[in-house]
Amino acid sequence: MSTASNMKSLLRGNVRQYGMVIALVTIIVFFQIQTDGVLLRPLNVTNLLTQNAAILILAIGMVMVIIARHIDLSVGSVAAFVGAVAAIMMTKWDMPWPIAVILCLALGAAIGAWHGFWVAYVGIPAFIVTLASMLLFRGLTLVVLDGATVGDLPGGFEAMGNGFLPEVGPDTDLANLTLVIAALLAAFLVFLEFRKRASAIRYNFEVLPLPLFYAKLAAIVAALFWFSYILAQYRGLPIVGLILFVLIGIYSFVMERTVVGRHIYAIGGNVDAATMSGVRTRRIDFLVMTNMGLLSALAGMVTAARLTAANPKAGTNFELDAIAAAFIGGAAVTGGVGTVVGAIIGGFVMGVLNNGMSLMGTSIDWQQAVKGLVLLAAVAFDVWNKKRTSVGGGAGSEDTTTTAPPPNDLVDEIEQASLPGTEQVAKT
Amino acid sequence: MKPILEMRSITKAFPGVIALDDVNLTVKTGDIHAICGENGAGKSTLMKVLSGVYPHGSYDGDIVFEGEVVAFKDIRQSESAGIVIIHQELALIPELSIAENIFLGNENASGGVISWDRTNRQAIELLARVGLAENPLTPVMHLGVGKQQLVEIAKALSKEVKLLILDEPTAALNDDDSQHLLGLLKGLQAKGITSIMISHKLNEIEQIADAITILRDGRTIETLAVAEDKVDEDRIIRGMVGRDLEHRFPEHEPEIGGVLLEVRDWSVMHPIDGSRAVIKDVDLTVNRGEIVGIAGLMGAGRTELARSIFGRSYGSHIEGQLILDGKELHLKSVHAAIEAGIAYLTEDRKALGLNLLDDIKRSVTAAGIERLRKGLTVDQREEVVVAERYRSSMNIKTPTVNEGVAKLSGGNQQKVVLSKWMYTDPQVLILDEPTRGIDVGAKYEIYGVIQRLAKQGRGIIVISSELPELLGLCDRIYTLAEGRITGELDRGEADQETLMRYMTTSTHGQEVGR
Repeated sequence: MSTASNMKSLLRGNVRQYGMVIALVTIIVFFQIQTDGVLLRPLNVTNLLTQNAAILILAIGMVMVIIARHIDLSVGSVAAFVGAVAAIMMTKWDMPWPIAVILCLALGAAIGAWHGFWVAYVGIPAFIVTLASMLLFRGLTLVVLDGATVGDLPGGFEAMGNGFLPEVGPDTDLANLTLVIAALLAAFLVFLEFRKRASAIRYNFEVLPLPLFYAKLAAIVAALFWFSYILAQYRGLPIVGLILFVLIGIYSFVMERTVVGRHIYAIGGNVDAATMSGVRTRRIDFLVMTNMGLLSALAGMVTAARLTAANPKAGTNFELDAIAAAFIGGAAVTGGVGTVVGAIIGGFVMGVLNNGMSLMGTSIDWQQAVKGLVLLAAVAFDVWNKKRTSVGGGAGSEDTTTTAPPPNDLVDEIEQASLPGTEQVAKT
Repeated sequence: MKPILEMRSITKAFPGVIALDDVNLTVKTGDIHAICGENGAGKSTLMKVLSGVYPHGSYDGDIVFEGEVVAFKDIRQSESAGIVIIHQELALIPELSIAENIFLGNENASGGVISWDRTNRQAIELLARVGLAENPLTPVMHLGVGKQQLVEIAKALSKEVKLLILDEPTAALNDDDSQHLLGLLKGLQAKGITSIMISHKLNEIEQIADAITILRDGRTIETLAVAEDKVDEDRIIRGMVGRDLEHRFPEHEPEIGGVLLEVRDWSVMHPIDGSRAVIKDVDLTVNRGEIVGIAGLMGAGRTELARSIFGRSYGSHIEGQLILDGKELHLKSVHAAIEAGIAYLTEDRKALGLNLLDDIKRSVTAAGIERLRKGLTVDQREEVVVAERYRSSMNIKTPTVNEGVAKLSGGNQQKVVLSKWMYTDPQVLILDEPTRGIDVGAKYEIYGVIQRLAKQGRGIIVISSELPELLGLCDRIYTLAEGRITGELDRGEADQETLMRYMTTSTHGQEVGR
């Protein structure tokens, strides 16, 4: 298992998985050096998180839309529109902010359902439907706001965008709660990794060699503690960061562990095969678009809260950043491939690039140009890597005769499993 | 006669696999030369080496074409030498016209401007040579598969072909179209064109080939001269599998019970053109433990019938009764059909049967995933158990069930799809071309599985273009022509001639033969 060639092939197979993490780390190191350490100062890291939270929230929904082989161009406009409606509700109609938030989430879901209706039940490509909405809701935002910026939002609402977790416990100069959360999260992730590995071994699946596995665990824990330590030096975890991490957890769970997640990957991989396997494809399409609307609404409110005002230009180009994040994070244009965590990493790549170049004093025009090239490079790397790792293809790669025995622990269970069609196994 | 082609000790290795090991192939000028072998034997790889898909230098050995050693770097070079390959999956562009397709990449142009006059005139001539009476301006998508195959051959002829290679040319064709195609190959032979044909259909090879080279596990086993060696199907099979396959179908004693599925007065209209009837007044019964065949030519409505039964996944204005186990069903979706206990294995494995991005375990549980639901989640431990159980009981050859289905051979992919449907525990299984493109060994195994499923009291419907398969497998066979049932034959009374007669009956005002 631990021979050098084995190791090499393992690493090669995992380049795609870890490639973006390595890219992100490289970019961080580069800007950390170029900015003389400003990049990773507590205040700047906090800003990095709050400034990009909306994009990252959108990226979660967007990667699901892309996995389901669609696209949503309207998220920026919808975010602006919902942010505007929220501002009007709270300032003009004097609605309590929690109620306004709930109503606006419902509004976002309704807009998403509108898209879902056209995409899933009428059969219009999502590109067209959401392009229409991009124009429609940008226009409606101007109508709702009457072309002006609406500010003076309630404090509780604004905390969604720029508030922090409360101080608890002894006075330590650090934000205690943030460190406690990080510790709990680290323990939980380590537990998950161990469980995953144990089951993979039980099923005779390929696993990382033990030293590499520990290295990976150490890296995860170290990154987490280091990140939380930096945040804790300023004011701790922003509330929007908490929202984001909870969303990442929920949606990763949905995509990896639930039937709905399975079905989203299935319709993206081969919609006809999914249909003929009994997947209710329209329902899934509808759900994915509706969810995107919901997350757009949240992103819109987070943006309004952070800027302490709703303005008609809010959310401009959000859709492009979210789409770029999903693709940089490994999603496939043709659908069926991608992960929530990948999209988040892709979002951070874009965010760090923005932030780092701003700190270096690079002008906005050059920032755009660089981001464009990075997107292209990331996807090109992915395509190149896919070609490189696929062996032969066609008749040459047809099955070898290697057949591993069934997993040891499960032999009895497998033999005793009474499944339809396997009764009275006749050996020929 | 001098050989037009000699391939001498060709060896081609992929990482981890030696696909071709010292393969020799000699094709005489003017012959129709068949290459036989199970899937994975190396037939397609050999043809890719020959046509330059795998460029010179990526393999060992020599290719001698018309007396000269050649070193093709890509397909263009082999084509300009006169070697044209027609792949199993047709490479036509559906939206373009016949003429545009024929001259695609080889346009009749001067200075980049296409002369449509010359293009269409030459297309008409080429179509006449392949016996296809179609307007060259017709988009290819309006043609059936049989005619598309002819367009491919016309395209090859436009390149002044000397050696034509056909990879499974009749795999997707019905008997009529196949016969036409084989006749055409004979005609081309008379005009001096040499052909290499890869095929699983041994009766066709026996009928048309002058010589047969058999490959097994990447090696040349033997080359037979059909006329001198008195080659028949059993002889070829013996060479391919390396053992005597006494019977191509496993022993089976049917245990037929009461009525399980009844279809009455079933009529289906075309999904877009709602006034065109595709299926007309079909009556059909399947008993418990019975394997029922449906024979019909391409376009007779076999797949359409099956899919309309399977949760109305085809057609519009569907009328008639569907009675399963005494209860009438009103299925509105595939989902409902699966829940009611009907399964349908699609004709097109890659397009409709599998998500090629998925691994084996997820593919096996794709249709029955509700059975794995545990609270909010999919029970992934149980999923592995399920996949492993089917791997061993279906003899799916793979290192682990974590492997991608795209890597499997056709036979193993089909076993995965069959497992998927078995896991939904259906009462009725409709199998549409269950052994298409699968090698002899895997076919035998799949027949065994079908018989086992019948033994368990399920009802099986098998749709197949291969009449020997229906005759060998089915307890009863319906024939379908132009959307109507034209005959129903018990195992004892069915033979190829009778079936073919019913399949070609014109149905207007005709009594159902029995």
